[in-house]
Amino acid sequence: MAQFQLTVNGKSRTVDAAPDTPLLWALRDDLGLVGTKFGCGIGQCGACTVHIDGVAMRSCQMPVSQVAEGGNKVTTIEGLSENGTHPVQQAWLEHDVPQCGYCQAGQIMSAASLLELTPNPTDEDITAGMSGNICRCGTYLRIHAAVKTAAGKLS
Amino acid sequence: MSTNKSRRNFLKVSAATGGGFMLGFSILTSCEPKPVVAMEPELVMPEKWMELNGFIKIGDNGVVTIMSPNPEIGQNVKTAMPMIIAEELDVDWKNVVVEQGKLDTENFERQIAGGSQSIRHGWEPLRNTGATARAMLVSAAAEKLEVPAGELRTENGVIHHDASGKSIGYGEVASLAATMEVPTEVELKDPKDFKIIGHGKKNVDAKKIATGKPLFGIDVQREGMLYAGIIHPPAFGLELKSFDAAAALAMPGITDVFSIDCAPEGKEMQWSDGATVRKQVAVVGKSTWQVMQAKKAVTVEWAKASDAEDTAGHKAKMADLIANGKAEEARRDGDPEAAFASAAKIVEASYSAPFLPHNTMEPMNFFAHVTDEKAELHGPVQTPEFLEKSIATLFDMDPAQIEVGMTRMGGGFGRRLYGSFAVEAALISKQAGAPVKLVYTREDDMTQGTYRPDYLVKYRAGLDADGKLIAFHVRGTGTHGSPIFANRFPAGTVDNYLAENISMDSNISTGAWRAPRSNFIAGAEQAFLDEVAEAAGKDPIDFRLELFDRAIKDPVGEKNDYDAERYAGVLKLVRKESGWDGDAGEARGVAAYYCHNSYVAQVLHLELDDNGNPKVDKVDCAVDCGIVVNPEGARNQIEGGIVDGIGHALYGQMTFTDGKPDHQNFDSYRLIRHAEAPREINTYFVDNGIKPTGLGEPSLPPIMGALANAIYAAKGERVYDQPFMGAALRG
Repeated sequence: MAQFQLTVNGKSRTVDAAPDTPLLWALRDDLGLVGTKFGCGIGQCGACTVHIDGVAMRSCQMPVSQVAEGGNKVTTIEGLSENGTHPVQQAWLEHDVPQCGYCQAGQIMSAASLLELTPNPTDEDITAGMSGNICRCGTYLRIHAAVKTAAGKLS
Repeated sequence: MSTNKSRRNFLKVSAATGGGFMLGFSILTSCEPKPVVAMEPELVMPEKWMELNGFIKIGDNGVVTIMSPNPEIGQNVKTAMPMIIAEELDVDWKNVVVEQGKLDTENFERQIAGGSQSIRHGWEPLRNTGATARAMLVSAAAEKLEVPAGELRTENGVIHHDASGKSIGYGEVASLAATMEVPTEVELKDPKDFKIIGHGKKNVDAKKIATGKPLFGIDVQREGMLYAGIIHPPAFGLELKSFDAAAALAMPGITDVFSIDCAPEGKEMQWSDGATVRKQVAVVGKSTWQVMQAKKAVTVEWAKASDAEDTAGHKAKMADLIANGKAEEARRDGDPEAAFASAAKIVEASYSAPFLPHNTMEPMNFFAHVTDEKAELHGPVQTPEFLEKSIATLFDMDPAQIEVGMTRMGGGFGRRLYGSFAVEAALISKQAGAPVKLVYTREDDMTQGTYRPDYLVKYRAGLDADGKLIAFHVRGTGTHGSPIFANRFPAGTVDNYLAENISMDSNISTGAWRAPRSNFIAGAEQAFLDEVAEAAGKDPIDFRLELFDRAIKDPVGEKNDYDAERYAGVLKLVRKESGWDGDAGEARGVAAYYCHNSYVAQVLHLELDDNGNPKVDKVDCAVDCGIVVNPEGARNQIEGGIVDGIGHALYGQMTFTDGKPDHQNFDSYRLIRHAEAPREINTYFVDNGIKPTGLGEPSLPPIMGALANAIYAAKGERVYDQPFMGAALRG
């Protein structure tokens, strides 16, 4: 066990954990930020997606020691916007995307990162950018439409 | 109309204050707020709540809380069921707050998520609940305004007396209404006056989902809570013999390692807990990660309990049962043997499908705090009522000592009908002497069983010289049961018909998986009929409509489990909307199916990618589920079922070697992804005013047949065995 300093959602936070603890579990168990979800633990499903210095990453694959050492800024779904006002979150509501809702935080974080890097994505860009996130309920068409709507509002 | 709910269901509480919940949570921090879209104003919470009945609380400012009784697994009943109450209560949906009800079957009755039955069963009781509360509010208003109740009308939470121009809000009369006699007869609205039902409403939890609020079982956290994991046998046919936990116990944060028995001798557990792996090893510690690491350090010795099975063996055994097995005759009409002997043409084909894990995105988990005095359980389960009974049996408790809370579920698909994981959490909590949250790893989740069974079915059809279907024979088998519904289409449309069931034993556990049995048999049957229509030289929709015509005018037998006119109706609708009769110039496949009391017909438009692999371009889908309570959520369900069905038909398979599941996680188990979903899905609902029926399952089964038929249209080769991508799959 060791103490690690993280910058999460703009605040400095201290985590007491084993160095190999994935950021996912430090966020969920230690910091109580449970919006970031556990799906597979091997970086295949995207449910645990957070932003590391603004870029979508799989938090289940990042040891907390590495994130602390790199001094990276971590943004979770809880910190994406104040009160759900990010255009991607708004577009998710407009298109009534969720069914069970479990994967959607990860989908939203991937979409926000995609639009940050590619503000005017083509259909192919959206498909490629969002195919790392599994939605078991099959809401992909609504996710696609919502990303397009959000792109229109961001650009 | 008389009320179905008896008086005991109406708890008259004179002043239930402080509704016990908050709308919205404080957001911890923010990063670059960009308020581009104006937010809808949030409701102002009342200072005082009046409970009118177990479902409805009215605030002194007119805000209404409606309890959603049933478990929410993504089928959106948490929005749709309260919509039904709100309609008859006659309130503005904008002023409604929805809360998840706890397990309380005295008040809420059928609290199950399964069989697409929540809306069908809830329709009348929920309407009556809303109408009864409205009547009590009107009675109270009559007393306050000193006018006859018959002269009052309600609109959006306000009671009007038109003659005097007086009006009074629900919030102002709620406390008096709560003291009123509960009426036994209430008038329900004429469906043409519906203002909420039939008008799309967004998912009531959407904002919480989009902002990462703690909604799910896996999000539960309590003071002093420990984390737990289980180790179950790595292969079917093995059982726990012994374990050595010394190394694990020496690891940081690990507080306990012990074995649990989930179905002790003399304890009669509920059916829903029958899928439990009986003896397992539990690891308890201070964090999820520490527990996951420690599980790997436990040395477990497993003993053989029964013979190991594998996929090749299953396939061979099913083929043998179909060829030679003794079958149970499920239905016989006419003289099938003679009809086949006289047929001008016989079409014959066999179809198979593998085991499928449910793979809910939220792995199995549950919170439990069990002491000698009480058991508190909180988490994602589709059958909370049965769980309570199992817990009562297990700990010799009275149901009053047990509290079961329901969280939103990260997918169900049938898996959470079987609450074994909640039983495990309870046993672990009791033994550890602490509140615990049990969380499965993805590997635990995918390898523990409760799978959709593997199936094999053989069809034969006899045609006369004019291409008329004169004989039909289906013979099916599957692990722990045949997939056949003997009284469903095409039974009733053909004079000579035979359906035969053969069950196959296995030590691999199976369970209900979204649209049980239908999730295989619909695709097989609809692919076979396509082949039969081709042999008869007929358009596949014409061929089906001729059969339905027979069933409408002169049905064979009396136990036909469908309405042929509604069935034909969805086929005609999808034919029109998909432009079937025009020259589409692309590969298409059609299918129609009836299950969960609803009718679905689909036309699937297919492309082939550069490698010749199927890519679904568009699906047109006609649905007859009666009145559509929430069209917005209904479309989402239909789309989801279609994507789910396409994905599993193309890619889904669990195989076994020496009893061990070959796939443990999403690196080798392929689920459909964004790039593989159809580009477009169009849903067309039949508007017929019939009482609503199931919607969570019916769009999945037929799409597998439409896909198979479109693949044939595109490639000229028929596919018989799921997953259709077969050898092209990884792993």
